Amino acid sequence: MDATLRELQQHITEAMHAGTPLLIRAGGSKDFYGNAGAGELLDPRAHAGIVAYEPTELVVTARAGTPLAELEAVLAASGQMLAFEPPQFGATATVGGCVAAGLSGPRRAAAGALRDFVLGATLLSGRAEVLAFGGTVMKNVAGYDVSRLLAGSLGVLGVILEVSLKVVPKPTQEASVRFALDETAALRRLNEWGAQPLPISATAWQGTGTPGAGILHLRLSGAPKAIEAACARLGGERLDDRSAAALWRGLREHTDPYFATDQPLWRLGLPSTAAPVNLGGAQLIEWGGAQRWLRTEAPAREIRARAQALGGHATLFRGGEREDGAFTPLTAPVAAIHRRLKAAFDPAGILNPGRLYPDL
Amino acid sequence: MNAPNAPAATIDRDRQRALARALRTVLPGRGLLYREEDTRPYECDALTLHRRLPMLVALPETAEQLRRVLRICHERGVPVVPRGAGTGLSGGCTPLPDGVLLSTAKLNRVLRVDPLARTATVEPGVRNLAISEAAAPHGLHYAPDPSSQIACTIAGNVAENAGGVHCLKYGLTVHNVLRVRGLTMDGEAVEFGSEALDSPGLDLLALVIGSEGMLAVITEVTVKLLPTPQFARCAMASFGDVVTAGHAVAAIIGAGLIPAGLEMMDQSATRMVEPFVHAGYDLDAAAILLVEADGTPEEVAEQIAQVTAVLRRAGATRVAVSASEAERLRFWAGRKAAFPSAGRVSPAYYCMDGTIPRKRLGEMLLAIQEMEHTYGLRCPNVFHAGDGNLHPLILFDDNDPEQVARAEAFGVEILELSVALGGTITGEHGVGLEKITQMCAQFTPQELDCLRAVKRAFDPSGLLNPDKVIPSLHRCAEYGRMKVVGGKLPFPELERF
Ligand SMILES: Cc1cc2nc3c(=O)[nH]c(=O)nc-3n(C[C@H](O)[C@H](O)[C@H](O)COP(=O)(O)OP(=O)(O)OC[C@H]3O[C@@H](n4cnc5c(N)ncnc54)[C@H](O)[C@@H]3O)c2cc1C
Ligand SMILES: Cc1cc2nc3c(=O)[nH]c(=O)nc-3n(C[C@H](O)[C@H](O)[C@H](O)COP(=O)(O)OP(=O)(O)OC[C@H]3O[C@@H](n4cnc5c(N)ncnc54)[C@H](O)[C@@H]3O)c2cc1C
Repeated sequence: MDATLRELQQHITEAMHAGTPLLIRAGGSKDFYGNAGAGELLDPRAHAGIVAYEPTELVVTARAGTPLAELEAVLAASGQMLAFEPPQFGATATVGGCVAAGLSGPRRAAAGALRDFVLGATLLSGRAEVLAFGGTVMKNVAGYDVSRLLAGSLGVLGVILEVSLKVVPKPTQEASVRFALDETAALRRLNEWGAQPLPISATAWQGTGTPGAGILHLRLSGAPKAIEAACARLGGERLDDRSAAALWRGLREHTDPYFATDQPLWRLGLPSTAAPVNLGGAQLIEWGGAQRWLRTEAPAREIRARAQALGGHATLFRGGEREDGAFTPLTAPVAAIHRRLKAAFDPAGILNPGRLYPDL
Repeated sequence: MNAPNAPAATIDRDRQRALARALRTVLPGRGLLYREEDTRPYECDALTLHRRLPMLVALPETAEQLRRVLRICHERGVPVVPRGAGTGLSGGCTPLPDGVLLSTAKLNRVLRVDPLARTATVEPGVRNLAISEAAAPHGLHYAPDPSSQIACTIAGNVAENAGGVHCLKYGLTVHNVLRVRGLTMDGEAVEFGSEALDSPGLDLLALVIGSEGMLAVITEVTVKLLPTPQFARCAMASFGDVVTAGHAVAAIIGAGLIPAGLEMMDQSATRMVEPFVHAGYDLDAAAILLVEADGTPEEVAEQIAQVTAVLRRAGATRVAVSASEAERLRFWAGRKAAFPSAGRVSPAYYCMDGTIPRKRLGEMLLAIQEMEHTYGLRCPNVFHAGDGNLHPLILFDDNDPEQVARAEAFGVEILELSVALGGTITGEHGVGLEKITQMCAQFTPQELDCLRAVKRAFDPSGLLNPDKVIPSLHRCAEYGRMKVVGGKLPFPELERF
């Protein structure tokens, strides 16, 4: 066992015996996300490096402290990528933090979420045990899928030590087009296009300021012939490659002017066909209608009630007051399962307590 | 394989009568079966090596009946084993003689197809193919297509994270299910996932998919529907030896191509199916690959050209491309008839399910050829090569106990080699009872403890499908093999049992 791992293990063992809460923090690029953490700092970044990468196997295995940018650069050199386009939110982002936050970018609706690409993981539990689940192969149903459970767990179950991710070839070609459409029309078109065999890999609708009015952007990815055929069929105004790349990068990294705000930023996960949210405030709609960003001062309760009525949930993503928690509360039986899972992985309750929910 | 922890072999008639009386208040008529001639059909799934009679069989027709059955069983401490169509290949729904076999066969309504949202919401007993049939008028389909799709149920698919020939491109069950509604063993309603693309809290949906009926009873599933591809063509390539064929699979993926299907059949398999289906396979080839491209006609033409070039460079001795839809279906007919053909050429077959890195395929196939000699049994191979998911079919006579023992030993060796080659003992058929002992080779005692704790988090009573998947540490000690990490036993400082 290497020294960095032994150190982490020792730290957790001591904390477990003393009941000291630990705050797992790597690059700190996602400090803003979730509920505030508190506790003694545990920095897993020394446990870094790409362990194995074989392009023909479509798998990369990396230690948690590996900078996300490094991983993506290595994949790009072999013409591959992480299909879920994880936002980095800063140069310090690590692979472990990326998996723990479980966030996916613009390609999510077309390609799948981060959790869909997790093939295996090794974690250090709150009992200081090194546990490995899943593996490096594409299909694996030996035991419960604990490795996918870690995606989005915000460190409450264990310190992620190593993950194996499925990677995909980069598309040979991309093109982006734009349309002037109001919100209702954009939502309808997005869902109609979704039922057609079109190579749409990302979508974004933004209000222009005039109520209802907005611009819909589509990105198409795939084989050149398929893209040309789709462009001809869809119409719209073609973006040049540079502004298209800048647009999608801005949406992925939240450097788009939409996100430059002091207002609370809400993320609503809704069925793609859900009606307009109509809560006022500037809106950005991604994922074919399934992810709706809202800049608004409206009360948390009102936003959550509306999201729930529309069949989804609402997360206070950035800013705002968190007294109602960053995440939508769980139903009683599901919350009970969460508490028992937490107790199983971290009986002393020392790992990132409160980061996901107050009682976890 | 290896006899499971032998449960009481006989049914306690007094307990049976008392429980039947209680369940009768919920399940009228044929909703409750107790006579041996009625319960006999439920004694095993498609892995017929494990057979046990259940104390009672419950066939609820509504979710409310199902909930009340669970409440009654929970109150009385009676174990429950959920069952879909019973096409499972690992004994996952093998009944318990002191338990209720809970069949979802009558919960088989398609509740809703939403063509705009591209989702279908169905009851647990709806057959996989019935979802695609209900979606077809809208030009949509449910992508995961196990070969058993005319029979297997969506809840069984969720429980096993089932795959199919098109999973390389379109994903497994876990990638195509949005929401699972269910009941915990104590009858509480739970919902995992949502009609949105995510839901708050831990990703319990990922945990429930592939959990083999041990965490919750599934009562409703919402799946994603995809546009049905307009057009498809299939390339069939012949190879002079299995190692070259294995490398060709890696070469296709390495070239950045993700075909809609990428399957391999070895010579033993092509010769087995050809007399039944006349697919036109090259019977002189040591192995053939079937590579399908789908999409618009332009995309298909482009991909078939690329695939053909890679196959030739990788050493294919012959490449044929389907010229018509009829020919494409003929190419696939043989692949799809593999299991039934095995059933016709041999009294019984034993289907393995290891998954390994693609680059080790050739090595594995050569090792299996060696094992055919060692065990004196034939073993044709037809499998999801693109995913590295093998399905060796060990042919044997189940009336000959000595052959059964050899078949099981053959299977164990394949499973252990799968782990040794960096893979897993099961890609899509599940652990069930069949591979429970080999779980000791894949997981450390601490990892097995963790899996046990996950089970308890959902089912503190331990009554839901209790004896599957997770071996007792005692069993692992008896088996004498443990997961070895980096050449050393994990935690050498710990005592061994
Ligand atoms: C070991 C044992 C325990 C029993 N315990 C109870 C009990 O606790 N409470 C109770 O009400 N009855 C019990 N029965 C059944 C009982 O003998 C009667 O069949 C039942 O009470 C008739 O009521 P019904 O309304 O269900 O009639 P129905 O069963 O509806 O009568 C119609 C016909 O359907 C068939 N049938 C109905 N149910 C079944 C079934 N589950 N399996 C196979 N065939 C079936 C029979 O052939 C019957 O003649 C038990 C039977 C056995 C063998
Ligand atoms: C000829 C043949 C070909 C096959 N091909 C494939 C293939 O290509 N790919 C593949 O993945 N599999 C394949 N299988 C295996 C099998 O069809 C799948 O595992 C399928 O998903 C099982 O579904 P079922 O409805 O038959 O489930 P069952 O066999 O009835 O049960 C399987 C598991 O699901 C659980 N379960 C069932 N219903 C529920 C419920 N409502 N709630 C909770 N748990 C439940 C059971 O307890 C059990 O653990 C094949 C099998 C055969 C016989």
